Amino acid sequence: MDLIHADSHAEVHADDFIHLDRVEKVFDVRKKTGFLRSERREVRAVDSISFTVPRGEMVGYIGPNGAGKSTTIKMLTGILTPSGGRLRVAGIDPSRERTRLAHRIGVVFGQRTTLWWDLPLIDSYRLMHRMYRIPDARYAENLDRCVELLELGALLDVPVRQLSLGQRMRGDIAAALLHDPEVLYLDEPTIGLDVISKAKVREFLRDLNAERGTTVLLTTHDLTDIEQLCQRVMVIDHGRLMYDGPLTGLHEIGESERTLVVDLERELPPIDVELARVVKVEGPRQWLAFPAAESAAPLVARIAAEYPLVDLSVREPDIEAVISRMYAEKATS
Amino acid sequence: MADLDERRDEYRDFAPAGGSRLVDGLRAYRLIAGMWIRSTMAYRASFAMTVFGNFAGTALDFVAILLMFSRVDELGGYSLGEVAFLYGLSCAAFGLTDLVLGSMDRLGARVRDGTLDTLLVRPAPVLAQVAADRFALRRLGRITQGLLVLGYALVVLDISWTPLKVLLMPVMVVSGAGIFAAVFVAGAAFQFVAQDASQVQNSFTYGGTTLLQYPPTVFAKDLVRGVTFVLPLAFVNWLPALYVLDLPYPLDLPEWVAFLPPLVAVACCALSGVAWRAGLRSYRSTGS
Repeated sequence: MDLIHADSHAEVHADDFIHLDRVEKVFDVRKKTGFLRSERREVRAVDSISFTVPRGEMVGYIGPNGAGKSTTIKMLTGILTPSGGRLRVAGIDPSRERTRLAHRIGVVFGQRTTLWWDLPLIDSYRLMHRMYRIPDARYAENLDRCVELLELGALLDVPVRQLSLGQRMRGDIAAALLHDPEVLYLDEPTIGLDVISKAKVREFLRDLNAERGTTVLLTTHDLTDIEQLCQRVMVIDHGRLMYDGPLTGLHEIGESERTLVVDLERELPPIDVELARVVKVEGPRQWLAFPAAESAAPLVARIAAEYPLVDLSVREPDIEAVISRMYAEKATS
Repeated sequence: MADLDERRDEYRDFAPAGGSRLVDGLRAYRLIAGMWIRSTMAYRASFAMTVFGNFAGTALDFVAILLMFSRVDELGGYSLGEVAFLYGLSCAAFGLTDLVLGSMDRLGARVRDGTLDTLLVRPAPVLAQVAADRFALRRLGRITQGLLVLGYALVVLDISWTPLKVLLMPVMVVSGAGIFAAVFVAGAAFQFVAQDASQVQNSFTYGGTTLLQYPPTVFAKDLVRGVTFVLPLAFVNWLPALYVLDLPYPLDLPEWVAFLPPLVAVACCALSGVAWRAGLRSYRSTGS
């Protein structure tokens, strides 16, 4: 690993693979207010954010739309130049040494592909092989592994534009990993995917992190992604870091609740069970809210033992609700 | 973790030895263009047809000139052979640039739909990646057509050749391509700021080549001044070609301007390079 420059006043550990120190990104937004006349407004998309990510960690980066998630990812990958603060990835300043950093990172944008749209999937991979100067044996091994785990075998000769969203996403993830990147950034990797595709992507990422020790930073709207993948979650809103810690802590702070939807055999009075409260009844269907930090299993067991249960499902709290409750909490404390 | 470190060590042997941006750019260009050529060649019949289509489509411009000469004997004091000479040189130079940089006008669209970001995370200069995208060998049609017309002009014209004039011919085509390249790159750089400006760029590139197909004598003096001193397209073919043909220069320019094209091309490319860097820097500080 590259040595970190000694000019930093903050104590930097060699393990801090990603290091942000009061990083800012300010945009000048021009709004037309008349013919040839415009108003300039400053937007602080990222407002003095500091955090570090050690090697091998898997971190979720969440927040509502326009919170500054993508802007952060763009600064970490060298696409955008920060307006202030200090940012290092693997000891490299991304905006100054974009191409040197590119060899060591992998990026997946959920909304747009990095693959060549009109060409078969395999053509993109062959080009990556040459462009990233991947040793032949490594390329063959990594491609085989991705093809097997992401089930790409039948898709290699299909032009990218003909792939479904889930297939394309798997194709993109493989493309980002062929050159053995030390860190993988994923911007909304499960957006728009069906349940099965989501599960496949998550399983793959979990294995990648566990087996190779690849550092993973992902932004998402889907709390289930975080729950199943990340030991650590960071919440950003209005360009500021609101929370940095384990997911359970977030639920405690946000007092968030999950919802258990229960279908009974017939209409019954509201279920009376410890830890949960009925929030809605509609014929034989009842909605029960319970703290998100609690396990659903004992609750389900108790209900199943006492009531004629037909079907049930658990709904996760959405991020917007958690964050808005975090705000309310801050305001009152 | 050790696994990943060991893996990374293998890459060190493959890492470029601090190669320059130009070398990196040319390498990336070659790789991307090569991929598109291979993909085009997978359908040879369709490739042949598109080359012919490009050839025929661009040849229509010359058909228009032929039609004119069926009514008149000269155009602005120039014979058909002399106009064909200008036409062929303009087409050959422009065709060369169009082949290499023809995809640059899609830059604005890339900024708008955000796909420029995907180029910025790859280990290759962005200019090379944008230029090589959708590399289309069918554009050889325009070059072929230009060279054929030039060949025709050389046959019908009775040029008093000197070694200097012979040397000037290839220099003219290459420098002309360089001047057009600068226009392509500067136009693309402008699209960082104004994303819908691809038509502005086209009016200078495609419009410029059409202008140069006709003798300078048919245009207003101010327009000729503009393409000599402001946007120096006159150095692509007009001035050097008039030297070869022993015809009078426009605007009473001295004889030696015929030998300026290489210098003009280098200066224009340097300027457009600066414009490109400024455009990319502004994109990276403001985003889309």
